[in-house]
Amino acid sequence: MKNIELTIDGKIVSVEQGKSVLDAALENGVDIPHICYDPRLTPTGSCRLCLVEIEGQRGLQTSCSRIAEEGMVVSTETKEIAKSRKSTLELMISEHRMVCATCDADGDCLLQDYAYRYHVNEDRFPKIKPKVKVPNFTNYHKAIQYDPTKCVRCMRCVKICEEVQGANAITLRERAGQVLVTTAFNTDLRDSSCESCGQCVGVCPVGAMTNKPAVKLGKVKDLEKVLTTCVYCGVGCQLELNVDRKNNRLVKVTSTPGIIPNDGNTCVKGRFGMDFIGSPERLTHPLIKENGEFRKASWDEALSLVVSKLSSLKAEFGPDALASFSSAKTTNEDNYVMQRFTRAVLGTNNIDHCARLCHASTVTGLAKSFGSGAMTNSIAEIRKAPVIFVIGSNTTENHPVIGITIRQAVRSGDTQLILADPRKISLSGDAGIYMQHKPGTDVALVNAMMNVIISEGLEDKEFIETRTEDYDLVRKAVERFTPEMAAGICGVSAKSIRESARIYAKASAASIIYSMGITQHATGTDNVLSLANLAMLTGNVGKENAGVNPLRGQNNVQGACDMGALPDVYPGYQKVDLPEAQAKFQKAWNAELSIKPGLTVVEIMHAAEAKEIRGIYIVGENPMLSDPDLNHVRQALTALDFLVVQDIFLTETAELADVVLPATSFAEKDGTFTNTERRVQRVRKALDPPGEAREDWRVICDVANRMGYEMDFEDASAIQDEIASLAPIYGGITYDRLTGVGLQWPCHDKNHPGTKFLHSKKFSRGKGKFYQVDYIPPQELPDEEYPFILTTGRMLEHWHTGTMTRRSKVLDYLEPEGFIELNPEDAVKLGVSEGGVLKVKSRRGEIDVPARITEKVFPGCVFLTFHFKENPANALTIAALDPIAKIPEFKACAVSIHA
Amino acid sequence: MKSGTVKEDPGVNLARGILEKHQLMLEKPAVGRDLEKSQELLIPLLQDIQDAYGYLPPPVLEWVSKKTGIPISRMYGVITFYSQFYLEPKGKHTIRCCQGTACHVKGSQAIGEAIEEYLGVKDGDTTDDMQFTFESVQCLGTCFLAPVIMIDNDYYGEMTQGKVKKVLERYSKS
Repeated sequence: MKNIELTIDGKIVSVEQGKSVLDAALENGVDIPHICYDPRLTPTGSCRLCLVEIEGQRGLQTSCSRIAEEGMVVSTETKEIAKSRKSTLELMISEHRMVCATCDADGDCLLQDYAYRYHVNEDRFPKIKPKVKVPNFTNYHKAIQYDPTKCVRCMRCVKICEEVQGANAITLRERAGQVLVTTAFNTDLRDSSCESCGQCVGVCPVGAMTNKPAVKLGKVKDLEKVLTTCVYCGVGCQLELNVDRKNNRLVKVTSTPGIIPNDGNTCVKGRFGMDFIGSPERLTHPLIKENGEFRKASWDEALSLVVSKLSSLKAEFGPDALASFSSAKTTNEDNYVMQRFTRAVLGTNNIDHCARLCHASTVTGLAKSFGSGAMTNSIAEIRKAPVIFVIGSNTTENHPVIGITIRQAVRSGDTQLILADPRKISLSGDAGIYMQHKPGTDVALVNAMMNVIISEGLEDKEFIETRTEDYDLVRKAVERFTPEMAAGICGVSAKSIRESARIYAKASAASIIYSMGITQHATGTDNVLSLANLAMLTGNVGKENAGVNPLRGQNNVQGACDMGALPDVYPGYQKVDLPEAQAKFQKAWNAELSIKPGLTVVEIMHAAEAKEIRGIYIVGENPMLSDPDLNHVRQALTALDFLVVQDIFLTETAELADVVLPATSFAEKDGTFTNTERRVQRVRKALDPPGEAREDWRVICDVANRMGYEMDFEDASAIQDEIASLAPIYGGITYDRLTGVGLQWPCHDKNHPGTKFLHSKKFSRGKGKFYQVDYIPPQELPDEEYPFILTTGRMLEHWHTGTMTRRSKVLDYLEPEGFIELNPEDAVKLGVSEGGVLKVKSRRGEIDVPARITEKVFPGCVFLTFHFKENPANALTIAALDPIAKIPEFKACAVSIHA
Repeated sequence: MKSGTVKEDPGVNLARGILEKHQLMLEKPAVGRDLEKSQELLIPLLQDIQDAYGYLPPPVLEWVSKKTGIPISRMYGVITFYSQFYLEPKGKHTIRCCQGTACHVKGSQAIGEAIEEYLGVKDGDTTDDMQFTFESVQCLGTCFLAPVIMIDNDYYGEMTQGKVKKVLERYSKS
């Protein structure tokens, strides 16, 4: 992009061509007043405050809608302008109820600021009150409150809902003095297409759209904003925790435009789902179980018990009788310390975490194909991709801020979306081609796309020739997957397979986005390999805006993997069974290390049941809800000689523990999370922990020291320095470089700028490798006894096992209970109506759950959320494992349903 | 059509025809630039729907929104902005009484009161028999006829309270 120069208030400034005069001014420190403007929105030009004088042009111009031109001479603050602004503000105030003393926006209100700056006469015009003829659409919403008497009709909220969020929930009704913000037909907000993201609240320049739970909790002047990284999904949104230090309380969450990756946008969980931090149910002191009951204990007593139990189990049964679960919720520093403790102190590689349950097949699959198991591109590139192929990702619900990025890309008209998903998810409305394929038939679908590409000569011969190997294997393997044959397997039309293949192959750049619909299968690795094949076949990897992009689930699942909280690798994916790696870490950690790779999550459970594993140390994981086949998990955990759980709540898993240790939440500690685009971002302490809760890494260091192994760090930053010294991909990452927007690994040294997209000239493994992948049906198919296919997943409002989200008032209000989605045809057959409770049975268990009747699922297929302990999906799921990644098949099993 | 009845809601069949006329009966809802083009047709589309149904039935609008991709919130915003659109059933005949400056000077207020008295309804309301909807408007643009009323698409100028009754009687019979 070219820059141009113009003069603003006598100063020559430079700005990117195409930007407005207002952008040019703001970027160069000239504060032109503006109320309807937001950098994320198209200009509205309605508030009339950004008026400026442009030499040679008559009258005053709205600088927000005026494109800056070379040589323009602009004055922003003449007498005439000031007079005009003053009058405009006085008119605005005639419509705005001035109650600053009781307003939550006091101190963070543009109208207030400008009224002061131009010293307006608040009583110049008589007050106008709209005749409110309709009930307020936010009356029953627990998070968002609209006050029409404070509204200045700037349209920011309506436009962000439409242009950025894409929810189109709100609009303006009527005209002139009667204008109000409302929903279509003025229905209750909850009955509209509102996604409760609260963007309308975030963007309101006055106090008209407010964060309801924060009302009366604190005035802006008493709040401190602490910039940190969101603790929910892998997008890694930068949020500001607005805290009241005096009362050690989180008041609300805000976010500022201009900061990647989220540009001020948040989802409902990020903005309204953080009140779990102050929940009275937080663990505040260690607990020891005696005669089946927990009692309070001191840290000294609890740690002594942990140390003596772990030491004696290790002495009696050997190090491999111990295991630990680290956590994708905790920081890189916590994970690093946990895996170092497990390897150097417990003496085993039996460490794993819930990445096993979400993206283990990504890590193994992409490592085999490309040499690195991470998202190849950056989030910002999604917006610019000419073609996006989303498969097995309900992005708008599970990675909401990436979801809205896809929506924006498509709605801008510059991006074509191909979607394949067994459920008719929200993105299906934006997709040019939507294929509702049957769960577990991904390989057949992708192979058929490749069949079309090869038979029509659309492959990228040069890329295949120069950048890859073993192409012939794939060419042969997909020969028999004609679109007609795959159509039969997948339940989609051959025509749509052909069209998708052509669109994908012909694109100048195409990005594949996938998530757990691909990975959570017994063929998860195969699924990932076939997507990698597809990308390499068309040269759609290793360049900007094109690649293979797994969206990681947890906030720090990428980081937990990077830190080596996995049974087969040290930090930075250095193999534990490689003698050089073993020698390197033995020297660095001053300990004997095992060269034998450890067990994975589900294998640890099996080993516990078989009494091969005797003791487990769990940090921040809840396998009693998250793992497949729960009845077995319970048997495994209760069979242990010793279980210690370190968490922020007494989870279903913690209830089974012998010792429970209270940990700090993300808001109470310093550290880093690595988001799905490999960006290492800071987590900053905003609050003091409740009671005696302590940071995970400090507790683990204490246990290590008490077990006779010296491990001390001054602070989290010192841990990151050690990580940098041992993991080459983190080599240049230190806290002093993370003050701005974070760094994307690989970042090899202090001067390395980080890596926007991977495999640019060369794959991490050298050449990209094609794999022959054949279609294998799901392990358990519907039959007469269990006639339905069950698929499981998340919903927008809840997270994982609900430990945090179900303790959030807003999220609980929006979605208080679990449900099973079934097609109207099946509902008629079963004789069930909306909300009716169904009994769902599989070969492994049964649950009762209310029905939600929807055409999202096709007849014969049902969908269940897994957040709710009252009706846990994993009582039904099958622990069939992918042979390489050991990820369970959460996404397909057979069930029967009874009304 | 008999007096005292409105057109029965014929479902979405009429709307389907209107979408076809505007080439908006698409295979799937539009997105991106296609949607922008569809949205440019929103006002004529709403006018045609209102002509066909007598008003804008919300269920029909919901259906049109699903078919075209035009957000229902956008439709509602446009509908409530323009006074020509109605979300509730209207009388068979619409009486507009001008209250512009010229008509005001010539006593339009009394004309309005006469209409209200004759119909037994207030400004903005519809008679129980669904024969008339009455509304005051700011200007009908025919000041030379002041005071003026308009019934459906016909103007009646130089009104008096007596003339009003006569004109309305004619419409009551039809």
